[in-house]
Amino acid sequence: MIYLELLWSFFQIGLFSIGGGYAAMPLIQSQVVDVHPWLTPTQFADIMTIAEMTPGPIAINSATFVGIQVAGIPGAIIATTGCILPSCVIVMTLAYIYYCFRGLKMVQGVLAGLRPAVIAMIASAGITLVIMSFYGERVLPVDLSGINIISLIIFAIGFFVLRKWNVNPIYVMMGAGVAGVLLYSIV
Amino acid sequence: MKHKTFIKLFLSAFQLSACTFGGGFVIIPLMQKKFVDELHWIEEQEMMDITAIAQSSPGAVAVNASILVGYHVAGVIGALITVLGTVLPPLIIISIVSFFYTAFRDNVIVNMAMAGMLAGVAAVICNVVITMGKGIFQKKRVLPVVVLFASFVAVRFIKINIILIILVCAVIGVADTLYLDKKGRQA
Repeated sequence: MIYLELLWSFFQIGLFSIGGGYAAMPLIQSQVVDVHPWLTPTQFADIMTIAEMTPGPIAINSATFVGIQVAGIPGAIIATTGCILPSCVIVMTLAYIYYCFRGLKMVQGVLAGLRPAVIAMIASAGITLVIMSFYGERVLPVDLSGINIISLIIFAIGFFVLRKWNVNPIYVMMGAGVAGVLLYSIV
Repeated sequence: MKHKTFIKLFLSAFQLSACTFGGGFVIIPLMQKKFVDELHWIEEQEMMDITAIAQSSPGAVAVNASILVGYHVAGVIGALITVLGTVLPPLIIISIVSFFYTAFRDNVIVNMAMAGMLAGVAAVICNVVITMGKGIFQKKRVLPVVVLFASFVAVRFIKINIILIILVCAVIGVADTLYLDKKGRQA
């Protein structure tokens, strides 16, 4: 039964991916390319590109894409459901615990301990994004002179505007998109 | 009244998810702006806790964070509403794009906008890291700063499993709380 297989595959992806979308990529690949013959490696590379170009979590984006390829719109809905099911159960339980016991010293202690680690993870993801934006690769190249000047300018202006006026990040992202189209058209 | 809250919750989640480019972390500053600064549904400190829980749980960070926000505002029904709002934009967008994804992927204008947006997203993430990091440094305690840098090295360079980092940091947090408590009582 294809629907059950989709549900189960994406349930596992949802359950075992911790720490943001890029960590989920190898997991998704193993489920949809190796375990099941749902996508060819080329299609998988395509969907990863599309997932980065469209809003939303990478796992949800690929669940929708794979679901449609394999079993149409119902497949997309079922794969997405499977993907978020572990989150719904686990995070709702944690939410219940948090709002019941957040006054407790121990709970505050755990959260205070996690905070620096969470910032470190976001910082690491941020650096990867900066490198991708400036050099088009996920790892920093040896030769740093090949930097994309347009990206650097957009980044610098966006960063300045955010720090100086605390504007809504949505406007910065949209503005950066428009600036990209304008600047690259001129060059 | 309750009806209105549900609609607002759904529309907020939908709007934020539709703007989450470049991975789930982006949802954090967007939620901060919307739910803390604009709607005042969530306190600053609570947003930090939500970030820590969402990051440490399985599944997409954006989905997890929206579950926590929805649960806080309107219980389990609230959580289901925000999950739906978060999942629908990628579901709809990918469903549409999947029919012409090669054309979308190779479109020159789309690629220009994406390159610009990537720089904007990088700026947004760097800004949030600095804002959150400041909070750690302002406490003027050595331990959180050490944990921050140690986790960064562990995530970025040694590539230690994130689950392990989370567990260790949680234990450090509890031990630190016990220690401070004991010291406070002796003084």
